[in-house]
Amino acid sequence: MSDLLTTAQDVLAKPKFKDQYENYIGGKWTPPVRGEYFDNISPVDGQSFTRIPRSTKEDIDLAIDAAWAAAPEWNNSAAGYRSNLLLKIASIMEDNLEALARAETWDNGKALRETRAADLSLAIDLFRYFAGVIRAEEGSGSELDASTVSMNVLEPLGVVGQIIPWNFPILMATWKVAPALAAGNCVVLKPAEQTPVGIMILLEMIQDVLPAGVLNVVNGFGVEAGKPLASSPRINKVAFTGETTTGQLIMQYASKNIVPVTLELGGKSPNIFFESVMDADDAFFDKCLEGAVMFALNQGEVCTCPSRMLVQESIYDKFMERVVERTKAIKLGHPLDPSTMMGAQASNDQYQKILNYIKIGKEEGCKVLTGGEAAFNEGLDGGYYVQPTILEGNNKMRVFQEEIFGPVVCVTTFKDEAEAIEIANDTLYGLGAGVWTRDTHQAYQISRAVKAGRVWVNCYHLYPAHAPFGGYKKSGIGRETHKMMLNHYRQTKNMLVSYDKNAMGFF
Amino acid sequence: MSTTEKIARVLITSAAAEVIDRLRAENGPLMFHQSGGCCDGSSPMCFPEGELMLNETDIWLGQIHGCDFYLSQDQFEYWKHTQLTIDVVPGRGSSFSLEIPMGLRFVVVSRIYTDEELENLTPTRLGES
Repeated sequence: MSDLLTTAQDVLAKPKFKDQYENYIGGKWTPPVRGEYFDNISPVDGQSFTRIPRSTKEDIDLAIDAAWAAAPEWNNSAAGYRSNLLLKIASIMEDNLEALARAETWDNGKALRETRAADLSLAIDLFRYFAGVIRAEEGSGSELDASTVSMNVLEPLGVVGQIIPWNFPILMATWKVAPALAAGNCVVLKPAEQTPVGIMILLEMIQDVLPAGVLNVVNGFGVEAGKPLASSPRINKVAFTGETTTGQLIMQYASKNIVPVTLELGGKSPNIFFESVMDADDAFFDKCLEGAVMFALNQGEVCTCPSRMLVQESIYDKFMERVVERTKAIKLGHPLDPSTMMGAQASNDQYQKILNYIKIGKEEGCKVLTGGEAAFNEGLDGGYYVQPTILEGNNKMRVFQEEIFGPVVCVTTFKDEAEAIEIANDTLYGLGAGVWTRDTHQAYQISRAVKAGRVWVNCYHLYPAHAPFGGYKKSGIGRETHKMMLNHYRQTKNMLVSYDKNAMGFF
Repeated sequence: MSTTEKIARVLITSAAAEVIDRLRAENGPLMFHQSGGCCDGSSPMCFPEGELMLNETDIWLGQIHGCDFYLSQDQFEYWKHTQLTIDVVPGRGSSFSLEIPMGLRFVVVSRIYTDEELENLTPTRLGES
């Protein structure tokens, strides 16, 4: 009995962290030039658990120096060599999955079963995917006429800057780092200041794999470290995931340097349920209900959170009764408890913002179908917990139009296909969408009509490496995951070769 | 309140005004831009004046403690029936907003106008490049 109790306590124990982490520059753990650090707070209990470098332009410059020092060799390395190193990283992550998942949960607040099954598993697979792709892909060549040959050689950009978000820290780092390295670039990465630790622990594990300077990580605040990285004339591309105003600033800085950007910005993704889903109370209908409740995945802190639920009028009451029942069954608890389904919001300001949105939703006349309040986790009084919440209203309300980034879904009805499409597209964003139906013709036509970069049909929140992900409209520019991402990190060198010995005859 | 007095579209709490004073002492004149979605979105961003390029796609909502406050015109369409109050809470955002290194984050609190107030709001104007 006591053994069991001890085990239970170990399961919930805070993972071990160093008192302080440093930047990782040129293969060395490097303290920030100005010697300043900031406290890193866990959303699990609201307590500080380690210190992180508060870096500035000087540190970013050192990292860019280190990256360019490594670039001549790495930029010209063999694809097979890079592929093997990516495979080694994946293996190390797999061997240490539990430790990484627990650290990530403490840093971010999300439930351990998600860091295990989603964040880490997807990240490992993505490294392996890009390791495989670069062994199989080829440039292209063509004989344009009998004596002229055109060759397209794929060349890395050189050194790239990447700024990543806090909602899936290691996975979002992987989405950006893996294709950039696979394509042969050196990287300077700035993690989000809310969640830097998981990435630093991963770096400790893989520091002997990559040559010094190929991957450099500098921590700090956006305005002090992110901006000097995004605006540096020595960076050949900037990749950013975050919100729209910062996305505009990043494009503005990039325009001064004439370098490309990829941006993954906001969303307000519609999840559309047609009446045929209720034709039977079967396994598929159960899947539909789970699909409706996917708004709670990662506490709603996903750019593609299905935060607008559109339900056909004819099934609305019966359908919502079952959705509310399923939502109430979501188990909140200690994020490290493997049975917990939903953990803590990532930071206090997020938590406050979500509660402000629930309040404005109520003021605008939304009916609260379930939730609608903060949640309390015994023993974790300082943590940031919110009940999964369903608000019923209409698509013109602010809670239907703005990204809340919390476990809040806003539900409304539609009469027919035309109205479903109209509501689905009445948004500034176009990142994700869900279409649920038993009618295959409807599934195809509606999916084509919804203006979003990723339409999940009879599924939601799947992120396989082999499917491109990215936004229409104000949701961003470019795609992530999938081999097409490599071209966001490469130039095309066209070699136009003449095998004709005779002059052209102009001069 | 007299009927001719216009209703401000954006207000500020005294706590947030104090933070502006501290930021202004360090950075000079400031501006605000209300961001849209994703990780640190739906939050007011505070920058040195002129940092973010503005044009006719931005709407000027008013001034808070001497700082111009803007948001995108398309976003304004969904926000215009609500009065915004800029407050500040302990927290950490990962945008380029200036207050973040202080361990603070500006947040927006919203309120629906009454029908009477809707008739009497401060006029907006377009941002200028």
